Amino acid sequence: MMGSARLDDKEMRQTYADTILELARNDDRVIALEADLSSAMTTSRLEKELPGQFVNVGIMEANMMGIAAGLSIVGRKPFIHSFGQFVTRRAFDQLFVSLGYAKLSAVIVGSDAGVTAEHNGGTHMTFEDIALVREIPNAHVYEASDSYQLQYLLKKAYKEGGLHYIRTIRKKAVKLYDENETFEKAKVLRSGKDVTIIASGIMVAESLQAAVQLSQMGMEATVIDMFSIKPLDIDTLIEAAKATGVVVTAENHNVNGGLGSAVAEALSENFPVPLYRIGVRERFGQVGQTEYLKKVYGLNAETIVKEVKNRLEVVI
Amino acid sequence: MQVTETNLQFFAKQIRFYTLKELQAVGFGHYGGSLSIVEALAVLYGKHLTIDADDANNPDRDYFVLSKGHGGPALYATLFLKKFFSEETLYTLNQNGTTLPSHPDRNLTPGVEMTTGSLGQGISAAAGIAFGNKLDGRSNYTYAIVGDGELNEGQCWEAIQFAAHHKLDHFVVFIDENKKQLDGLTIDIMNPFDFVEKMKAFGFAAERVDGSNVDAIDEAIQRAKKRSGQPTAIVLDTTKGQGVSYLEEKVDNHHIRPSMDDTNAINAALAELEKALAGGENQ
Repeated sequence: MMGSARLDDKEMRQTYADTILELARNDDRVIALEADLSSAMTTSRLEKELPGQFVNVGIMEANMMGIAAGLSIVGRKPFIHSFGQFVTRRAFDQLFVSLGYAKLSAVIVGSDAGVTAEHNGGTHMTFEDIALVREIPNAHVYEASDSYQLQYLLKKAYKEGGLHYIRTIRKKAVKLYDENETFEKAKVLRSGKDVTIIASGIMVAESLQAAVQLSQMGMEATVIDMFSIKPLDIDTLIEAAKATGVVVTAENHNVNGGLGSAVAEALSENFPVPLYRIGVRERFGQVGQTEYLKKVYGLNAETIVKEVKNRLEVVI
Repeated sequence: MQVTETNLQFFAKQIRFYTLKELQAVGFGHYGGSLSIVEALAVLYGKHLTIDADDANNPDRDYFVLSKGHGGPALYATLFLKKFFSEETLYTLNQNGTTLPSHPDRNLTPGVEMTTGSLGQGISAAAGIAFGNKLDGRSNYTYAIVGDGELNEGQCWEAIQFAAHHKLDHFVVFIDENKKQLDGLTIDIMNPFDFVEKMKAFGFAAERVDGSNVDAIDEAIQRAKKRSGQPTAIVLDTTKGQGVSYLEEKVDNHHIRPSMDDTNAINAALAELEKALAGGENQ
């Protein structure tokens, strides 16, 4: 798909495990929790390397949230991983009450974002995790777009404390960033005068590819990696909306409650402009390869180009 | 002062007295399930828990989690008596802007270790506390009270399995078997079968004691502290509304908005308790 795009050297799951390892070696309060997916996430090696800083709780996601809450109470710094649907929709009341409402600190990592759940299909394909966690007061919600960004966000969450949800794919992402980047504000990856494309996760690379195609057609796009869905960088968003007058969002998630909703809400309240949200609409997941599923759900550069053209024609 | 067994009975009466006064102040609440845990709280806070309101965050303290969060009023009466807050505060239960909500909140109430009320969650957090303390080599104990109705929740059995797997021998779970849940008798709503056998099957040491008898509870805790290699479950044979015969006999006693008859009976119970307490703890 991304013909010329270079993939990261490392899988996102390796980055997760390596980052936990680094943090845990420097801070014996760090503890990683898995619910029988440690071999899928490559964290099983942590058990040997970090005795007392890794626990596999078995297939008990609800209990895992409570165990993490208890560990946080006695001063540990829990990192919780499972597939996105298990750490959000399956254990949502536990996440909401035992961690969120109790105001305890934990970093929750949900993997196999959206269509990248591939052959695990509809039961495992999470298009609503961001929407769910966004509802928890004071929770931070991130979607990592490449390996270095994931590492940065994990360390940022560790330093800040509080409740963080980081959504990621497990395999290699398209490499977007060098190791001197910071992620404290939304990343403006390309500037153009005609339209603003706001994306997160795998849709950032698709948006960049769409921007190249649009440029060839005479339309110049600003592309923003809005890796932090909450808190949302409203300043960067409004600046881009003012400069271009049209916004299209692109997310590997349901359009209700995710990045598109967050952007629509912020623009409606602050600087209303024509907006279209690319994402999943009223559909469940299904099995298939990522590239196939991207086509099925319209999560690709082709859809972005088509919708940008539609919006610009309406505006003009 | 070393609290004696007689004092524990006295302390239980104090907790019951202030629980009733606190619930009367707001006019409604979870009478039944608060009263059934009074004796367990008296033994824990009167003898076993190493806690101090003046050093509430000491990492070596024992931890207590009231997983059946609707028993909050009894916990608050106990925490008041342990000097975590004033009597004036106690009577703000559920009033607008209070620090004492129906269900315990660790961010609002001094002495409350974990926010509970969504049933099944407190026992997981308690297991996490016990696990963390064990990993860090501390020898303090973690205690939790779960309700018999609460054990309908599958999450409880996840936490129980986790605690047994990790051999959390400094973790003691009390099951308040008062035989009722909100809609009726547990045996009619969802038969719990035999908790002692179930807990043993899940890897706990388990025994059933008279949950209205402070000495029996105390001895069970002492036996729990001698065990190693497995957590302990103490099934408390209790009565919903325990210690106030009128409320014990009242069929629907989970949450009560007292009628005139109820109020008269509660006032009579308060007067009786007040008389018993007037003689002091060394009577």
